[in-house]
Amino acid sequence: MIKEKEPKVRNFHQAKWDEPVIFELDTEGERGILIPEVEKEIEESVGDGVSELPESMRRDKPPALPEIGQMRVLKHYLRLSQHCLGADLNVDLGQGTCTMKYSPKINEEFVRSPESAALHPLQDESTVQGALEIIYKLDTFLREISGLDRFSFQPGGGSHAILAMASIIHAYHDLRGEADQRDEVITTIFSHPSDAAAAAVKGYKIITLYQNEDGLPEVEALKKAVSERTAGLLITNPEDTGIFNPRIEEFTKIVHEAGGLCGYDQANANGILSITRAREADFDLCFFNLHKTFSSPHGCGGPATGALGVTEELKDFLPVPVVDYDGKKYFLDYDLPHTIGKVRSFYGVFPAVLRAYAWIMSLGAEGLKEAAHIAVLNNNYILKKVKEIRGASAPYARGRHRIEQVRYSWENLTKETGVTTEDVTFRMADFGFHLWSSHHPFIVPQPFTIEPTESYSKEEIDEYLAGLRKIAEEAYEDPEKVKNAPYNSVVHKIDHSTLDDPEKWAITWRAYLKKNKIQT
Amino acid sequence: MRKREKPAHPYIPNSAPKIKAKMLEEIGAKNVEELYGDIPASLRFKGKLDLPEAIPSEYALKRHVVGILAKNRSCQESISFLGAGCWPHYVPAVCDEISQRSEFLTAYAGEPYEDHGRFQALFEYESLMGELLDLDVVNVPTYDWSQAASTSIRMAGRITGRKEILISDTVSPDRLLAIRNYCRPVVSIQMVRHDPGTGLMDLDDLRSKISSTTCGIYFENPSFLGFIEHQGKVISDIAHENGALSIVGVDPISLGVMAPPSHYRADIVCGDIQGLGNHMSFGGGHGGFIATRDEEKFVMEYPSRLFGITKTSVEGEYGFGDVAYDRTSFGVREEGKEFVGTHAALCGITAGVYLSLMGPKGLQELGQTIMQRSQYAMKKLAEIKGIRAPLFTSPHFKEFVVSFREAGKTVEEINRFLLERNIFGGVDLSPDFPELESCALYCVTEVHTKEDIDRLVRALKECVE
Repeated sequence: MIKEKEPKVRNFHQAKWDEPVIFELDTEGERGILIPEVEKEIEESVGDGVSELPESMRRDKPPALPEIGQMRVLKHYLRLSQHCLGADLNVDLGQGTCTMKYSPKINEEFVRSPESAALHPLQDESTVQGALEIIYKLDTFLREISGLDRFSFQPGGGSHAILAMASIIHAYHDLRGEADQRDEVITTIFSHPSDAAAAAVKGYKIITLYQNEDGLPEVEALKKAVSERTAGLLITNPEDTGIFNPRIEEFTKIVHEAGGLCGYDQANANGILSITRAREADFDLCFFNLHKTFSSPHGCGGPATGALGVTEELKDFLPVPVVDYDGKKYFLDYDLPHTIGKVRSFYGVFPAVLRAYAWIMSLGAEGLKEAAHIAVLNNNYILKKVKEIRGASAPYARGRHRIEQVRYSWENLTKETGVTTEDVTFRMADFGFHLWSSHHPFIVPQPFTIEPTESYSKEEIDEYLAGLRKIAEEAYEDPEKVKNAPYNSVVHKIDHSTLDDPEKWAITWRAYLKKNKIQT
Repeated sequence: MRKREKPAHPYIPNSAPKIKAKMLEEIGAKNVEELYGDIPASLRFKGKLDLPEAIPSEYALKRHVVGILAKNRSCQESISFLGAGCWPHYVPAVCDEISQRSEFLTAYAGEPYEDHGRFQALFEYESLMGELLDLDVVNVPTYDWSQAASTSIRMAGRITGRKEILISDTVSPDRLLAIRNYCRPVVSIQMVRHDPGTGLMDLDDLRSKISSTTCGIYFENPSFLGFIEHQGKVISDIAHENGALSIVGVDPISLGVMAPPSHYRADIVCGDIQGLGNHMSFGGGHGGFIATRDEEKFVMEYPSRLFGITKTSVEGEYGFGDVAYDRTSFGVREEGKEFVGTHAALCGITAGVYLSLMGPKGLQELGQTIMQRSQYAMKKLAEIKGIRAPLFTSPHFKEFVVSFREAGKTVEEINRFLLERNIFGGVDLSPDFPELESCALYCVTEVHTKEDIDRLVRALKECVE
């Protein structure tokens, strides 16, 4: 028998060091690190080196960086790290759409080793066969997982992969002489903001389809939106609501018939690994975020990888180079006749590729399916429990199950107590949790999005739910308590008024000193 | 014999059978399959993914992955003179300690409350870079220099309302490919020639190409080919006289000794922070910066997050948050400036640690030792018959072009010879610069000892003489 423990929130307090800004640690004459001294013979041979600099290119005053001893620099940044809750510390369910799963520690050992960290991208191919093998094999794994035919790891994140997809769509129509005519990209409101924004960088006019009462875009609306001006469709499925669009095949068919290409935003594919693929829904392009579904850590926001996949027909449009294998050795292939060129320097973020490779190898086909299964199981468990919390609801798809995440609403809580999603997110920090509202615009009123992944134990999930429940109770009993949160965090209510005022905003310490007339 | 029950995978705690059953019961579902009811049969993947056999034990996985990585020969085991935008600089141990911290490594997009440290560390990064660049606005890092340059150009296009960019033809070819893609089809590109003797921008060519449709001039300093573009001020003036912006890409590690581009009137400055405490990682250690003056017309055109410092409800407490969030695509989708998402934040935090360790004097000494070592290498190489180093007559910072033309050898031949002696020779420039046939780009930094350089010189002498 598994003994049921009563889930409760913990008596948490985050570290609070009251840590100064680094410039305030400046002490003249201190040093954090020394540079290897130049050999006497070199100095005798070439002199001081810097006299070579043309007059106009000499720095007259050294940069006003702080002078700090090594241990104090270390301590400062360690303290700042303690002012931060990574997925390794909190039960990171609350950043829905971002798949905050466990990033295995063994994979960090791999990326730190000199055989990974001390590789230069332009080394002779014979000296990087291991790195190329890993890139090539991950490509073949993702081909299988997506059903598409070729992957590039160049894009540095999901939005970057969307940019690459939009670039390929543009190049494809350009080759057919239709780039000027096909100037519209269609997306949906519950697809990531970058599906609209990154496509607009390529000059596209964006058509956004809104949801019906089921939370899904309408086939009829898509039919009206397509025309000879349609360049492509960029869409997430399941959308950010966690609802799977069962008519997705009709969507891709309609866009194909109009002459457009279909790009599948699979930044987060965690719930559908080996369940359904880009191939089955007839997509031409897709991408996976290796820092989401495939476990590479998020690093406070990168470095990361949006692994971009395409069908056979679009292979020649990928960024160069791709990695290939001739049966004996791995090599870089630049010979793609219609390549869009590059989106990022060299071959992308190799450490993310290496971690994703190791993660897939650890799980295998069955493990991937189990990861998806448990992510979906966890999500539907949370759905059931959140719906029981007073003031919370799960709009759309009533009575149906969801895939990997749910976009919930505190609308009732706000109506009945005045406590908003933002208030709840701040109060969650008092219990060592993070809760994210959602992407703008807030179509779902007072939204919050939860995505548990496969990584957290039931007990941890219950603890997180206890946090939500407690805050909802507080909202009904003592709304001010929630509204004035956080209390146990590093800082208190932040004054945002200066951040939107050009006279007052300060993006660097020097700007702060100037604008507040502070003398140092 | 009893059949051994398959253990739950360590990464998937709730696959323990009893937990799984309990959760299904709570949901009221018979099995997990039922939860996928919305996915029609026609879309279901049938069968099993064709992937290699799993290696669930950590030890076995380590043997497997380490076995593959062992096929690499790293720059630590060899002497490498490769640069070209990914540079071998020493990474201080404190940088690694901080960039490996769980708190930073596994954080993402928390609020300024539970992730106060992430906001402060990135604000400090912006501030430290601001001192280095002598500018008041620096972004939270973008992907890399390629993206930073691309966005700088698009910003210039929006600020000036013009649609053509002039680019020096000595910029990095790898970067130019990314810039071309990012500009297409909104901003058109015209290349400006260089003087074949000095490498410097041909100002007559620049004057003949600049017009009332030019949004800006983009050049790099030190240039991709290593020489120092000392005409910075003149180029900026020509841009400004024509209502265009001056955009300069810079290697920040040069700025302990070199004037920052703001001193020669650059309006937008960009570059890469890989060299500041981030490992090369086969090209995975990059992060891009963009910096400008603190003017609303510039700030409002950044697509990136910009973290600012502010007050809290407690007297004397610092708070941090997003400056002008509503300009971003997170705020307003396609109405925002380009797009924002996951870029290279951890490289920024690490670069902040690096600059804090270095301080003003450390960076000065670093710049000096790099110049001394690279000058020594150029001098010694130039003594070899058949080798010209540097090819361009201008002063150089840490990289320089070496010509083997007079020796009658291709770079490929030279590099093969060096590789046999465990030396990675410079990057072959001939594929990208047809006029630089038999030329290679060499990079010398503080990590190269006199003995490393002498070994290279001896080997090249043996090869060409």
